Amino acid sequence: MRKVSVKDITAKVKELCIAAACHLEPDAAAAIRVASEKEASPLGREVLAQIIKNFEIADAENVPMCQDTGISVFFVEAGRGVELDGSLEDAINEGVRQGYKDGYLRKSVCDPLKRTNTGDNTPAIIHTRMVEGDKVKIKFAPKGAGSENMSRLKMLKPSEGVPGIKGFVVEAVREAGGNPCPPIIVGVGIGGDFEQSAILAKKALLRPVGGKNLDGDVAGLEEELLKTINGLGIGPMGFGGTVTALAVHIETYPCHIASLPVAVNIQCHADRHKEAVI
Amino acid sequence: MTVSIKITSPLTNADVEKLRAGDKVLITGVLYTARDAAHKRLIELLDKEGIALSAGKLPFDIKGQIIYYVGPTPAKPGQVIGSAGPTTSGRMDAYSPRLLDLGLKGMIGKGARSKDVLEAMKRNKAVYFAAVGGAAALIARAIKKAEVIAYEDLGPEAIRRLEVENFPAIVVNDAVGGDLFVQGVEKYRGTGND
Repeated sequence: MRKVSVKDITAKVKELCIAAACHLEPDAAAAIRVASEKEASPLGREVLAQIIKNFEIADAENVPMCQDTGISVFFVEAGRGVELDGSLEDAINEGVRQGYKDGYLRKSVCDPLKRTNTGDNTPAIIHTRMVEGDKVKIKFAPKGAGSENMSRLKMLKPSEGVPGIKGFVVEAVREAGGNPCPPIIVGVGIGGDFEQSAILAKKALLRPVGGKNLDGDVAGLEEELLKTINGLGIGPMGFGGTVTALAVHIETYPCHIASLPVAVNIQCHADRHKEAVI
Repeated sequence: MTVSIKITSPLTNADVEKLRAGDKVLITGVLYTARDAAHKRLIELLDKEGIALSAGKLPFDIKGQIIYYVGPTPAKPGQVIGSAGPTTSGRMDAYSPRLLDLGLKGMIGKGARSKDVLEAMKRNKAVYFAAVGGAAALIARAIKKAEVIAYEDLGPEAIRRLEVENFPAIVVNDAVGGDLFVQGVEKYRGTGND
């Protein structure tokens, strides 16, 4: 067994929280730059130029690119050869607490009914999976509410099939309009059960922007949906234009013979994600 | 690139009347910040004080003012304010008509407004601007002064008085029914690239 201290996990999580808020990953930055050349609307191009200038300022000055520094979402792969000297969840939450305080990030987590702020952006949302190996892999994706609130889930009838899936995804994007800060990335989870489809949709957003599903049929559906979505005319910030989405990422999982769950998780252009391996 | 119209806040009816959906503006003057929690308190205050309440009972004189829907990040030492981009305006739709009827002239946020808000805007000659969502570090540069004036316990959701210079925004809904979201989307529908 390889011994890992939870203190090291806390320190790494703190670092990830601050870095994700301030420094856009190269894949997301590149996708926005490409979009700014493709966009047909002059106003849309100006919006994209502002977005580019903004993430350049955030990067250079070490400040958050967006004031909504999100609820803290983690996907953790814990190697079964790792021996921790404490609680993994406590270590991650402590890292969030320190990162959001010392990084001057906004604390955006509250009690759902009383609406009182927890004050330190905890608790985080942590999805943990046990895997082979002796490492801990932590993927961090802070999620703002503007885009998260536009997400949808529906239990379709199997008879609705691919046309039903397409219709549901496109309608979710159309209804969202300018709210989720387009250009967006559309994460789609197809299959599994109710909660699995939602997790798949979120996981799909962790793929590098524009990366294709390895299954050719699914990749074809991603491409077709992207084309249809960009034909909606929503454009950057909803002001009209030809780039509404930068990418559509689909993940699938087998489901019950009587079910066809479909979840759509929308990501804004400030597509923040960072990962570390300990 | 089209030229931006320079406007100063607070706004007059004449200022609002000359603006049209799609105009780019640079705002200089005073903005007040408020999000869901602050709006809820303002409306509760109005409910408590009764229908006959004058706008003067609110924590700031709302006549002619612009409310900016924002919850900034904490300011780092030496900063006037942290990152400060717009939040989704639709969450304020339930509250805005009441404030418009009391003299609110402008709102800055992102995303579409409800029919009730659009009607209250026409009725009271008001304008709805969008700022670029997510452009929070860039927008913060236009904010020269920030001071919490009410509801400090709400943290990022407290009401702040901002002094801004050349704050960049776009007119989405004007006072005569123009709507950039409708007009813009119609123009580009069916022409998307992949």
